[in-house]
Amino acid sequence: MSKPAAVALPSKEAELRAAFWDQAATFPKGFKIRDCIQCGTCTGSCPVAHAMDVTPRELVALFRAGFLEEVLRSRALWMCASCYACTVRCPQGIRITDSVYALKRVASRMGIFPRTFPAHALSEAFVGNIHSFGRNWELWFGLRYYLATRPQRLVSATIQKFAVRMLRRRRLGLAPARVRGMKEVRAIIAKAQSIGGL
Amino acid sequence: MEYAYYPGCSLEATGRPYDVSLRLVFQRLGIGLKEIDDWNCCGATSYISMNKLTAYSLAARNLAYAERMGLDVCAPCSSCFTILSKVNRHMRWGDTSKANINEVLAAAGLSYSAQLEVLHPLNVLVDFYGIERIQERVVRKLEGFRVAPYYGCQIVRPQGRFDDREDPQQLDNLFAALGAEVVPFPLKVRCCGGMLMTSYEEVALRLNRDILGAARSAGADVIVTTCPLCQVNLEAFQDRINSTFGERFRVPVVYFTQLLGLALGLSPAELMLDAMIVPLPDCSPRPVEVHA
Repeated sequence: MSKPAAVALPSKEAELRAAFWDQAATFPKGFKIRDCIQCGTCTGSCPVAHAMDVTPRELVALFRAGFLEEVLRSRALWMCASCYACTVRCPQGIRITDSVYALKRVASRMGIFPRTFPAHALSEAFVGNIHSFGRNWELWFGLRYYLATRPQRLVSATIQKFAVRMLRRRRLGLAPARVRGMKEVRAIIAKAQSIGGL
Repeated sequence: MEYAYYPGCSLEATGRPYDVSLRLVFQRLGIGLKEIDDWNCCGATSYISMNKLTAYSLAARNLAYAERMGLDVCAPCSSCFTILSKVNRHMRWGDTSKANINEVLAAAGLSYSAQLEVLHPLNVLVDFYGIERIQERVVRKLEGFRVAPYYGCQIVRPQGRFDDREDPQQLDNLFAALGAEVVPFPLKVRCCGGMLMTSYEEVALRLNRDILGAARSAGADVIVTTCPLCQVNLEAFQDRINSTFGERFRVPVVYFTQLLGLALGLSPAELMLDAMIVPLPDCSPRPVEVHA
């Protein structure tokens, strides 16, 4: 049997793949995603697979079939809770959770997100908090996230009840938690961003 | 024994009972805990999803300060523990990875050799201090408590460095030694959803319903946790779970250091057991007055 002819990828797909392999080079054996045998152990182990539009096994299949943009547009990436159940059970030793982080970084860099749900807004609100305070001031993080996504949630009974309960129990940080050495924090962020990459 | 203490952001607010009870338990046992001065956020699962070099360098700032103290790090929050451990491993993985992060740290006048150990307090108490020595300090046996040991994900995975990744035993062994009845708990390492309670509430509610249901089926009357995110998800959203799924859960969910503290003779108020939403039996809540 002759070798199948290589199929040329559309340029956008090729660009995304290159960006993914760059990210996959930042952790040991990032290339192992190529060794997937499609057994589905990851999907079977994933506590949120039932709610994903694309399951972990399908993410890998789509990636290998040349549909990385579809992968990046999936909600599934942003639904991963980083529990590492897939990673520790994968018989091929693929670091699935780290691969999902790599995919999320490509999505962030390329500005490709699921159309219907701003799930990455949570990461952005969290990172924004670190840039402002050096720490995650939980109260401000909640405000930031809901204002960016669903402001009406802030007046919902669930959120208000949560806040009041925590306040009554001395578990709501009213004063901003702030790092004194913000100069250092900013210097680190600026330097890392100037190096770029990883 | 002394450690550089990295409390993490949650322990300053929603997870305060963990911070308070951990400090008291360590003090009672004579284990030193020196807070890393002016620590910053570890970045959790969010920063690593946006930019890895920035995320790891920010986390490494804390390790650089711990190194100046000459102490290994003790990190009670599962997410902080995982991220700080990941950064440590990453910097040991290759010369380039270490050099890259040190190049960034140098912009803040810092450096880190990646020689420290990052430990979880459960690891410190069970492996380094020892259950037998803890037993010697017990003044109140935890008889009558039927405990579901809930480890969550990130202290046992991805590495499983100090306990089994599928069926860890350290909480089981610790609380059995303290006189509690530890129930078999099949969902002990199932994920609570973490920040999904904020981004995809309907998914997270179901995960937590399953965990609470497993604890009930096992006959537990209290769940002990090792993580501030698990604790808040399982406890603070219980009534939301009840109204969503037609359940009637009322299960206390406490930090393992709070229950351990009771055994060591610390009072419920000292351990902030009065700050829990679902009270432990015999530890009624006494919330502070809120003035408008």
